[in-house]
Amino acid sequence: MTASLKRKDLVGLLYVLPWLVGFLVFKLYPFVMSLVYSFCDYSMLKPPRFVGLYNFIYMFTKDELFPKALFNTLKYVIITVPLKISFALFVAIILNMKLRGINLFRTVYYLPSIFGGSVAISILWRFLFMKEGIVNKFLSLFGIEGINWLGDPKIAMFSVSLLAVWQFGSSMVLFLARLKEIPSELYEAALVDGASRLKMFAKITLPMISPIMFFNLVMQTINAFQEFTGPYIITGGGPVNSTYLLSMLIYDNAFKYFRMGYAAALSWVQFVIILIFTAFIFRSSTYWTYYEYDEGRF
Amino acid sequence: MYFQYRKTKNTITLLLTYAFLILFGMFMIYPLLWVVSAAFKSNDEIFKSLSLIPQKIVTDAFIKGWYGTGQYTFGRFFINNFILVVPVVFFTIISSTLVAYGFARFNFPLKKLFFVILISTLMLPDSVNLIPRYILFNAFGWVDSYKPFIIPSMFASTPFFVFMMIQFMRGLPREIEEAAIIDGCNSLQILLRVTGPLCKTAMISMGIFQFIWTWNDFLGPLIYINSVEKYTIALGLRMCVDSAAAIAWNQIMAMTVIAMLPCIIIFFAAQKYFVEGIATSGIKG
Repeated sequence: MTASLKRKDLVGLLYVLPWLVGFLVFKLYPFVMSLVYSFCDYSMLKPPRFVGLYNFIYMFTKDELFPKALFNTLKYVIITVPLKISFALFVAIILNMKLRGINLFRTVYYLPSIFGGSVAISILWRFLFMKEGIVNKFLSLFGIEGINWLGDPKIAMFSVSLLAVWQFGSSMVLFLARLKEIPSELYEAALVDGASRLKMFAKITLPMISPIMFFNLVMQTINAFQEFTGPYIITGGGPVNSTYLLSMLIYDNAFKYFRMGYAAALSWVQFVIILIFTAFIFRSSTYWTYYEYDEGRF
Repeated sequence: MYFQYRKTKNTITLLLTYAFLILFGMFMIYPLLWVVSAAFKSNDEIFKSLSLIPQKIVTDAFIKGWYGTGQYTFGRFFINNFILVVPVVFFTIISSTLVAYGFARFNFPLKKLFFVILISTLMLPDSVNLIPRYILFNAFGWVDSYKPFIIPSMFASTPFFVFMMIQFMRGLPREIEEAAIIDGCNSLQILLRVTGPLCKTAMISMGIFQFIWTWNDFLGPLIYINSVEKYTIALGLRMCVDSAAAIAWNQIMAMTVIAMLPCIIIFFAAQKYFVEGIATSGIKG
């Protein structure tokens, strides 16, 4: 037995090898190089030249677009993540009631999510929200006239964010799967004790779904910080840069102006901000997530 | 009396719930139905009404849109997308399953560390690697080809799928595998004849997600593909919107519908794999 296990050791490593090579070449090496480039001036035509902290100093003192893009990105994250997760949870709770035709509704609510951040769906959004578009047409039925959804710098970000909110399907399916696992005895016992619906929600449902809430929060936050396609196609960052996000600033610097060093510095700042946000969610989660059992870790 | 009151109250709640589900569902689905109907409307009609039924069904938007403005048709972009997506899906399934098998069934030195790394990369934002990867792939001479997509997929480069597969394999009973060991099968034979076939569901889920993500990907092709000849649907669509033909709304709508079609077909053909895939792994989206 021991002999066969020992032989197995290296066999297992063999199976994992492709991943290990991929990790080293496509993840770890770029990750380190990203930091190295961020201290360099690099146009790809000449070899990288070390410039110390220049890129970061430029970013925080001279680049007028950086604070704008940072602010917009934070705004985008703060609008989309809570709205998306609340919608997902709300709909999941309703779908968890024992109703007929739940599968149909689940399909309908999930469908928009399969298109993710595609160009097709962003084009559709542009047509829905343009001035002569369908949303305004709908509102005019109620006597509300001509909101400039994408042309008004004050509301353009909101219109763009709605696309992400509309795609709450994956979070919803996750919540739903978890809700189905909550043993009904818990509710029955609470009912016997005379608990109100609100109390049952706060004391049973929320704690039971908190691990999924945590997962959704982390993943959606990380994704929202990197959003690119939606705003790029819908508004192109406009009007007056009101939907210009960090990811677009990185893209423009890297692939329009070929300032690879500066773009790498920007992407590292973006990475650190994401890290701070996720660390905060992780830290705070000890107070609000509840684990029933240890989830079979290694 | 009391029970009767409760019953009517329940009926009202039920009705309200359904009313909400239907109304909200209409809001959710309307944009998708609208774009399909707009593709069949004449150009003047598109923004005139909210109706989903065209006054007169026009199909020339599909034909004109398909041939587009330049020298390449949408058919070309469509085929290109398949040439890009199919190998990526194929290699992702194979490599992720192999790696997951290694993690789920063997003990080897540094396994714990590797697993922690795998989980951490699950949360590593891609954007931090964007620039050095481009520089690296440029040095390899991979720019303006599909290699930046296909080659990494051979190395199980999406940690989500590996993780999903590990979870799935851990849930499988080991008795059959043990029996196969006694019968003298080696580990690869076991994977091919026993474990692999048992993982079919998870493999299909993985394939579907990878297909849809790669199909819809925009930033990747935008960075790596330069020549129009190699454009994917996403790039073709963008070009179509940016060009002067942008006044021909219905052509853009028609091409948007075409771009979405494969995802819709896959979604309806394999719905249960979607739900299972998300539920077992907690996939992003």
